Amino acid sequence: MKPVVEVKHLCKHYNQHAAVNDLSFTVQEEDIYGFLGQNGAGKSTTIRMMLTLIAPTSGSINIFGLDLKQHRNEILSRTGAIIERPDLYKYLNAYDNLSIFARLSGIKINRSMLMDQLEMVGLANRAKDKVKTFSQGMKQRLGIAISLIHNPRLLILDEPTNGLDPQGIADMRNLILRLKHDFKKTIIISSHLLSEVELIANRMIIIDQGKKIVEGEVATLLDPNKTLVEITVSKHQDAIDKLLASQWAKCFISNTSLQLTMSKALIPDFIKECVERDISLFSVKTSHSLENYFLSLTTPNQHVESFAN
Amino acid sequence: MWNLLQIELFKIYKRPRTYIAFLAITAIVLIFQFAFLADGGSYLDLMLQSIKDSFEIEKTKAINGYLMCYIILNTLLVQVPILVALISADSISGEANMGTLRLLVSKPISRQKILFVKFIAAVLFTLLLLIWMAVMALLLSLFMFGADDMLLFRVKGDESQIIQITKDDVMWRYFAAFGYAFVALVVITAISLLLSILAENSIGPIIATVCIVIVCTIVSNINIPVVEKNVKPFLFTSYLVGWKGFFYINTTESGMPIKGSIENWPAIQKSLLILLAHIAVLFSVSVYIFRKKDILS
Repeated sequence: MKPVVEVKHLCKHYNQHAAVNDLSFTVQEEDIYGFLGQNGAGKSTTIRMMLTLIAPTSGSINIFGLDLKQHRNEILSRTGAIIERPDLYKYLNAYDNLSIFARLSGIKINRSMLMDQLEMVGLANRAKDKVKTFSQGMKQRLGIAISLIHNPRLLILDEPTNGLDPQGIADMRNLILRLKHDFKKTIIISSHLLSEVELIANRMIIIDQGKKIVEGEVATLLDPNKTLVEITVSKHQDAIDKLLASQWAKCFISNTSLQLTMSKALIPDFIKECVERDISLFSVKTSHSLENYFLSLTTPNQHVESFAN
Repeated sequence: MWNLLQIELFKIYKRPRTYIAFLAITAIVLIFQFAFLADGGSYLDLMLQSIKDSFEIEKTKAINGYLMCYIILNTLLVQVPILVALISADSISGEANMGTLRLLVSKPISRQKILFVKFIAAVLFTLLLLIWMAVMALLLSLFMFGADDMLLFRVKGDESQIIQITKDDVMWRYFAAFGYAFVALVVITAISLLLSILAENSIGPIIATVCIVIVCTIVSNINIPVVEKNVKPFLFTSYLVGWKGFFYINTTESGMPIKGSIENWPAIQKSLLILLAHIAVLFSVSVYIFRKKDILS
């Protein structure tokens, strides 16, 4: 796989404050690249620098093997983006918005192509309605249509699920996966919904205070033995005693609560043994491993208390 | 470039606020015209009260389409900067406010080109506004009041003058005056555009533009030698009413107006050059700032 994005020693300083500090990462072709960090970690600043909205203080950004400073227009003509939320001309209809951004992207497009694009995001029947009458989900879908209208190779999505309902989030997830698998797009996605990123990203970076904490394959970075399992039972102490006497004792976080860590693959066996040991289970709750991993890296002190090995 | 300009003009055409300026001009001009239709004689008496003993003026002939247009322009060209600012001050800040600026700037178009196209679109809007004003103030007035020789009252230094321009010598002067007024208003457009780059909403630049025009106009009217010598020559507002120069004509020794003449053409040329220099400097500063600006909206 060829690298599509190469960021090297990127810095952005506002007076004394470093919003991004010596950040380097690489996005490979056809990656769905998760870009994670807490609020103010520097995700949006980095993405804005990749789209030339903000000038870096130092460092370099190469996209498609070209230097962004020198080949800005060439790179941006092959890049689509949604930055935080899809802001559109509210006084114009969906068709006009799409048409304007298609023309701004430098492509010649006819009416049927525009309608096809609106059809793809389920807005063909609202083409002539003003955007100010749209729900957040509809605006988001129109934003996706705009970011894809010029058939970009690289798609940068900054918080694309903001304001979406669960169905909208699922639709967005499926669309992103389809763009990777069917259209071979390279996608960078920043999101607060870690579970969503975990479901779709194959590689990821976590940044904190403008610095890279970790980067790599999602499967490699996420320790499969760190799924947190929390059970609720009818007889609490009885269940603890029975499980502490079993092979699962080593999985307990503490001897007073029914919280255990184990591989995801072992959860069915664990439930089976609970049943065999006559423990009446009311519920089994698992925590997403990416969330745990993320918190352990970005808020290590708080996390140790709740999720200590 | 043409593609970008078409898009920009389309956005202006579709925005409801675009039409506020046209409606405002229509309303003001109509109010003037109907007021004069009802009682124009009183206005003429008031205007000429200091010299009414020296001249015999036939009121019905004096109140004609040409004079009406002059009176309207004299009043309206002070207010039009506010209307011009409605669009140009919104050019960048409106996009920043809506959030579309980041989408626009992340497209494969240079920032200079974006700004240039927005400036041209705002200039075209200003031109359209002036054409509309010309249609309403000149053509409609001629239709309502007819055409005749134009009599103007002028205070020059300590003396008062009545300027008579024959009706066949007026129309070209209006074309020239509207051309001059256009250049003067483009300065306002350039100021608004510069302020628009610095703001994240439209209201701030509109108010700031109006404040600048008001403050500079007040300073331009301060008749203290030190201000007249050191400040006034550099203020654009000192040249905003330079269009009147096209209506000040030379006379023969016997006091007869010389057809086709302009009293002080070099002064008009100088004023135009100063206004054009203002436009060039303001636009260059705008480009410099916009190129360097981090889009954080």
